[in-house]
Amino acid sequence: MKLEVRDLNVWFGERQVVAVDRLDLDRGETLGLVGETGSGKSLTAYSIAGLAPGMGARVEGSVTLDGRELIGLSDRELREIRGRRVAMIFQAPISSLNPVFRVGDMFQRALRLHGAGKQDARRLAAEAMNAVALSPDLLRRYPHQLSGGQAQRVAIALAVALRAEVLIADEPTSALDVTVQAEILEQLQALRAEEGIATLFISHDLAVVSGLCNRVAIMREGRIVEQGPVGTTLREPRHPYTKQLLAAVPRLSAVGSADA
Amino acid sequence: MLEVRDLVVRYGPVVAVDGVSLTVPAGPAGFGLVGESGSGKTTIGRAIVRLATPASGAVTMDGVDAFAARGGALKAYRKSVQIVFQDPDSTLDPRMRIGPAVAEALRAHQIVERTGIQARVTELLVQVGLEAEHAERYPHQLSGGQRQRVAIARALAVEPRLIVLDEPTSALDVTVQARVLELIGRLREARSLAYLLISHNLAVVEQLCERVAVLYLGQIVEEGETALVLTRPAHPYTHALRAAVPELSEELPRPATRHADPPNPAAPPQGCRFHPRCPLAIDRCRTEEPQLREVAGRLAACHRAEEAVAGGFRAAAVDDISAPAQS
Amino acid sequence: MSVAATIRPGRMAALRRNPTLVAGGIVLGLIVIVAVFAPWLAPYPADAGNATHPFQVLAPPSSAHPFGTDLVGRDLLSRVMFGARISLRLVIEVLVIAGLIGIPLGLVAGYFGGRIDQVIMRITDVFLAFPALLLSLAIAFVLTPSVQNMTIAIAVTWWPWYTRLVRGEAASVTTRPYIESCRVLGVAPWRVLLRHVLPNSMTPVLVQMSLDAGGILLTAASISFLGLGAQDPTPEWGLMVSQGAQYFSTQWWFVTFAGVSILLTAMAFNMIGDGVRELLDPKRVISR
Repeated sequence: MKLEVRDLNVWFGERQVVAVDRLDLDRGETLGLVGETGSGKSLTAYSIAGLAPGMGARVEGSVTLDGRELIGLSDRELREIRGRRVAMIFQAPISSLNPVFRVGDMFQRALRLHGAGKQDARRLAAEAMNAVALSPDLLRRYPHQLSGGQAQRVAIALAVALRAEVLIADEPTSALDVTVQAEILEQLQALRAEEGIATLFISHDLAVVSGLCNRVAIMREGRIVEQGPVGTTLREPRHPYTKQLLAAVPRLSAVGSADA
Repeated sequence: MLEVRDLVVRYGPVVAVDGVSLTVPAGPAGFGLVGESGSGKTTIGRAIVRLATPASGAVTMDGVDAFAARGGALKAYRKSVQIVFQDPDSTLDPRMRIGPAVAEALRAHQIVERTGIQARVTELLVQVGLEAEHAERYPHQLSGGQRQRVAIARALAVEPRLIVLDEPTSALDVTVQARVLELIGRLREARSLAYLLISHNLAVVEQLCERVAVLYLGQIVEEGETALVLTRPAHPYTHALRAAVPELSEELPRPATRHADPPNPAAPPQGCRFHPRCPLAIDRCRTEEPQLREVAGRLAACHRAEEAVAGGFRAAAVDDISAPAQS
Repeated sequence: MSVAATIRPGRMAALRRNPTLVAGGIVLGLIVIVAVFAPWLAPYPADAGNATHPFQVLAPPSSAHPFGTDLVGRDLLSRVMFGARISLRLVIEVLVIAGLIGIPLGLVAGYFGGRIDQVIMRITDVFLAFPALLLSLAIAFVLTPSVQNMTIAIAVTWWPWYTRLVRGEAASVTTRPYIESCRVLGVAPWRVLLRHVLPNSMTPVLVQMSLDAGGILLTAASISFLGLGAQDPTPEWGLMVSQGAQYFSTQWWFVTFAGVSILLTAMAFNMIGDGVRELLDPKRVISR
């Protein structure tokens, strides 16, 4: 699996909102896309997933998945790819699930759409739930009966069940409590190790990205100002904006640092 | 100065705040309230400014009861406590310019003579790091950070002694957040202000508050000097919150709670409310509700607080923590 | 992200993309001009009143009388032109009266809630329990038939809708932080209501009012048609339709021009209503 983005330009009317030269994502890799409000990070992700034209944006450039061009595909072809190879999870996990279906029905629909039989679909759904540390009992619930953390796990489980190769995660933990966030992050990390899923992780939080991602790309005003391996980029930032972002992260003193 | 005593607030069947007491001293002083969503921290703030009505308990300012006060005493109470909300998008009337919005606050308590209002509005805007020209703008013409500054200016206009800051920066970008926090720190000294800072961000609380109370399901589980509570927690929940905070390092935070269904605030667990998620829970925790008591220089509500402070977490707990328990 | 915020067209561009509003506005504009300048535009202004011309009864359209004449020989073009004055005035009066009663009640109910809210909403429920047209007819029947009383009859049935609409909006605005911060600041309640709740609750009411104008016109025409509204010699369109209805097969012009006027005006109102809705409240258009 290899996802390559080249010269991606996105416009709303006359206003260019994204101008990304180059972005690569390999199997088993987690790439953090970091920026502040209006930096174009989400729109970049939506463009990669083929969702931007539906929002009224004009997209130019090239996004290839294993050499196949995704820009300009028909809605039908895109849906096939989105369901199967590229999965997406969002910031508001509960509202991103269809409220009228039970969790189990969602798995059934998605899996059978991609050719699984009824029994197989049931088994795969239960396996996927186990893989994200959720009880398969939750398959009987409706989205509003889940907590935010559970709903986000269900969204991830759907991606697992469909054997997605690329996961695009748009601020998936920003609306969650820190304790729940820690659990979800741990889950995403395990998924990478076990399933080799490549993740494009969109976030405003450098601390989260530093712990989860292998590589990081810093966006500002639609452009990537700096990208590289997480460790070196955040330890030795080159671009002044990266330095500014790092300086603004509020830090907590270490445990045990106070004199008892 | 401000005293909250045995405060109980109910929303239908949910007891959002269940017997909370705390004291905020006269400024300059910062008191932090931390906890997850549903912990009741916002409700406490709302009760202090009379936006939530307690089922029992009292809120007093230098002895004046916020809910018993009438007439002049009520007016004086209102003037003495203000609030700044989280969402900069809805904190200002979209149809009112910034100048009149700040002037409205001045008029409500006749803070200055009619002729001095304009000058005072400018003065307040400058104090919060804006410019006189901003008075002519509408809220949608300002950035989120600027709107939050206006909200602070409006609250400051009536010269309160205490401001409730309800997640004032959590909807802002980090670089903007850093500047707003700086402003709060500066105003606190310049105006000798006291504030109750409600936040889920421990680093923000550590930076701005001398004291902190940690809330879980409507109750205070630990309270004391911030430096002490956050660096040497005595309650497993404080420890879990602490451990979950991501840091700038290549390590992910390790969840320090047992994996369990999130608690239902309408039916809190028996015994210690935290026991289903607590890595240190023993049988006693399931039946006997711990009371807040003094442990190593702060208050904590945990049967095993002494062991926890002594470093019991790492020794006793970490092994069972990392494996998610299946329910 | 801030996708919605990036698409903010100018006022002119909004009008260009709103042809319904422009078309409705042009038609209504013409009707307003006719109404205002009727005394000068009408060929026989006196025929709007109780003039009679026994020798030209029910004359077909001609160059002297483009719309023909009625039962007592009055020029129908003149009467239709003066009819525009009556209809427009009635619509405006009903909207103003209904708004003046309905909006303040809704604001108070929505903002204060509790007991006052319950009392006000019970009363509006009573009014809303009856079909509006039937209630208007009943009231018009009790009062002496006239345009004035018909206006009152319609307004009485119309205000509860605005009360209900404003109450819902005011109740939701009241929970917004900017209102709560005013309460904490100790801003006087009446001031909060007038300066903050009212302006922020008005959009749906304005939309509804512009949508209602056509309905009010039709209601008035129906009441007059049934003989409970305007009385001869008032040149009210509904009344003219009622007078001409029985002559439709032989003297078609008698009923047709008044009927077309009602139709055209109602349509113009509805187009403007749709346009205003699209302009002020685009979300609601999508959800339909």
